[in-house]
Amino acid sequence: MSWRRYLLGPGWVRAAWMTALFFGIGFGIVVGIRALAGWDPVIFWEPIIVVGALTAAPIGFLAGLGAFDYWLAWAFGQPTKPEDHSRHGARRWTDYFRINTDHKVIGIQYVTTTIIFFLAGGMLAMLVRAELAQPEADYVDPQTYNELFSVHASLMIFLFVIPAFAGLANYVLPLMIGAPDMAFPRLNALSYWLLPIAGIMMLTSFFFPGFGAGWTNYAPLSVEQPFGNVFFSMGVQWAGASSIMTALNFLVTIITMRAPGMTFWRMPLLVWANFTTSLLVVIATPFIAGSQFLVMFDKVMHTNFFNIAEGGYPLGYQHIFWFYSHPAVYIMILPGFGIASEVISTMSRKPIFGYRLMALSLVAILILGFSVWAHHMFVSGMAPWLRIPMMITTLLIAVPTGIKVFSWLATTWEGRINFSTPMLWALGFVSQFVIGGLSGIYLGAVPIDIAVSDTYFIVAHIHYVLLGGSLFLIFAGIYYWFPKMTGRMYNERLGKLHFWLTFIAFNATFFPMHIIGVQGMPRRVYTYDPQFGNWNMVISISSFVLGTSFLIFVYNMIVSWIRGERAPANPWRGMTLEWHVSSPPPLFNFDEIPQVVGNPYEYGVPGARHAVFNGDREAAREEVRA
Amino acid sequence: MRLGSLIRVLLVALLLAAAATAVAIFIPWLPDQASTEGGRIDFVFWFVTAICIGIFSVVASLSVYSLIKFRAKPDDDSDGPPIHGHTGIEITWTVIPLALVLSMIIVSSVALARNDRDPAGSMRVEILGQQFAWVVAYPPEGAREDMDGFVCFTRGSGQVDERCKSSPNLMLPLDRPARLHLTAREVIHSFFVPEFRQKQDAVPGLKTEITVTPTKLGNFPFVCTELCGLGHALMRTRAIVLPESEFESWRTRR
Repeated sequence: MSWRRYLLGPGWVRAAWMTALFFGIGFGIVVGIRALAGWDPVIFWEPIIVVGALTAAPIGFLAGLGAFDYWLAWAFGQPTKPEDHSRHGARRWTDYFRINTDHKVIGIQYVTTTIIFFLAGGMLAMLVRAELAQPEADYVDPQTYNELFSVHASLMIFLFVIPAFAGLANYVLPLMIGAPDMAFPRLNALSYWLLPIAGIMMLTSFFFPGFGAGWTNYAPLSVEQPFGNVFFSMGVQWAGASSIMTALNFLVTIITMRAPGMTFWRMPLLVWANFTTSLLVVIATPFIAGSQFLVMFDKVMHTNFFNIAEGGYPLGYQHIFWFYSHPAVYIMILPGFGIASEVISTMSRKPIFGYRLMALSLVAILILGFSVWAHHMFVSGMAPWLRIPMMITTLLIAVPTGIKVFSWLATTWEGRINFSTPMLWALGFVSQFVIGGLSGIYLGAVPIDIAVSDTYFIVAHIHYVLLGGSLFLIFAGIYYWFPKMTGRMYNERLGKLHFWLTFIAFNATFFPMHIIGVQGMPRRVYTYDPQFGNWNMVISISSFVLGTSFLIFVYNMIVSWIRGERAPANPWRGMTLEWHVSSPPPLFNFDEIPQVVGNPYEYGVPGARHAVFNGDREAAREEVRA
Repeated sequence: MRLGSLIRVLLVALLLAAAATAVAIFIPWLPDQASTEGGRIDFVFWFVTAICIGIFSVVASLSVYSLIKFRAKPDDDSDGPPIHGHTGIEITWTVIPLALVLSMIIVSSVALARNDRDPAGSMRVEILGQQFAWVVAYPPEGAREDMDGFVCFTRGSGQVDERCKSSPNLMLPLDRPARLHLTAREVIHSFFVPEFRQKQDAVPGLKTEITVTPTKLGNFPFVCTELCGLGHALMRTRAIVLPESEFESWRTRR
């Protein structure tokens, strides 16, 4: 390799110097403008960090890594190079550390990156619980404490739950619809590489104090925070951009790249789930971007969106923020509903009960999900009458959600249930999600919400739906497709141990929070009334067990990936298309495009097939005619 | 579903409902109730709890039964019966939850409408949240409000108008409705007295209102529940309910 290519070719060396170069450009822009305008001081670090470090440098990093090479060459009118697929697929482990256009590589990049941020966010939660074990202020100062829970929530939401589902879908969705890849592989690669940027920004906010207003970052408190708050405002922009690009990619892929015969009503429910989720993402995510820009503009450019003295309107922030962040809770659970449907149907050896109603209830949740945002604001001081319509839509969502839960249970009825690890996680999800859903009904009823809003009851509720719900389903998905992704089997005994330990410790940690919440312990406090001391000690001890349980998972994944037993193509005897190809699948997924001839969950139907391949194409034509 | 299995599921459901009811009754969930509004909120709480116990026992009994009964034998590779759905059952589990949800909406709306009223003869109390303390002020009868709707507070200032009696604690007379007018100085705070069940954000630049009718003498915690900065956890004071006569003598004391 010549030195020229070493320095100028896409990769980490070019990424390093281009990051520095772009930071310099950002620095130059700010200093230049200030010098021309005659502002003092000329070198003012706050705008320099926003423009240079949080905006320009990441672009330089992405350009250096090679995310824009193809588009730039095209834009500059250079002769297009024939695509040799040299950046597609992983032959060595180093191929996971560069711009890669293979959706399977990107899926694994996503899942491993998000697990790393999950562990980081979990460590922060352990520190929070250490502080809360006893009523007094013990270990950390108030600013650090506020940053601990703020960064914990931000990492878990923006760098774990949302992208982990995107990663799993990235891997299996093209396989499930019989496509060779996603519709826009280069965009797919770019959207992955925005994630580490967002995560590193949120983690480095600890060195620039100020992100201590909670992940909700309510104005005017957020505007009043020290400068470091911009690390959250900008981190969310990068994570949100990643999310939107992926969602667009899923939408186009699902609409245009389905295999012949794969009508919408033959799509697996995971595909339906990601279709509805992606619609939520593209419509809602720009709103959180907007809300954070407004906060940052108030902070850095001294605009007056939330400045009361100049006529700013704090409730405006909450409306914009929740117009994203309520649909966001469905963004964080609908893809999981898809995983649950796949796992429960396959492991029960029965067709999913009420397939069409299952798909339609996803659509109902999508539509209703946009009309409930102000249920986060029942005590905020907004127009009082607005609480009633918001309560009606909120409680109505219980109906399609209930349909899904009942249908999963009906799917297991009279089945041949195989209690493998993914099934344990999926059924564990159903049980915990019922509890989280019921506490959601309490919160939807305005009078009860007035009493328990902003207490530990809320903390309990969100952890039942996001940890008992989303996290359990992410684990269900990882265990279910681990053989497909790595070509190796995980250790079943360790998987079950992991499940039971997490399940028990999770309930011991979060169930008591309902009690102290109803009794009136406010959330987001580092010290509290001694009457809550005993329960908090129980919660903290359980949470450390919960934290430890994930080490079993990490160990299982690493060891099984290196020297697990070889996985067959179809270890679960599933019917969807990803099980029709080898584990791991070939470079372009299908050596030939499958012809879809039936529904994806025809377990127990004699002679039923979801798809046929060339070998039996004649038979397929017969079936299609019939 | 055959009759035998139906009876067994019902038995499990009753067992689970009993267990859930025990959890609901024997764990001291709600703190003392010390206001009329709190009474209505508690009614909604127990109404929703009863429905939730019902839903929980149905769902849990079906899953427990199904998971025990339909576990596959280790060498059983067969598939289950190809049941794709059942329109009647699907309509049932759409319509029944819908009816339950509507009943909760109605009960909640009625309770909310009653709690939101400003009863005739209520006492006006103005409360200012600031970092990190509450200021409670009692304006004289018939005093004129300023443009922001407050007698005792001026926007952006922590000063209390000299016509008003002020206190760091919330002092209230027994059995007399109090209309609390809330605002905040710099960031959002939230008024909460667990024993009253009532909560309302105090927002800078806005006036928010809430009614509390104390029904018990006593000294209750009065905390801020909206993250408001470094001292949020310490923004705790007391709500003290006095007999009417004692309250009046406190109020007129200079």
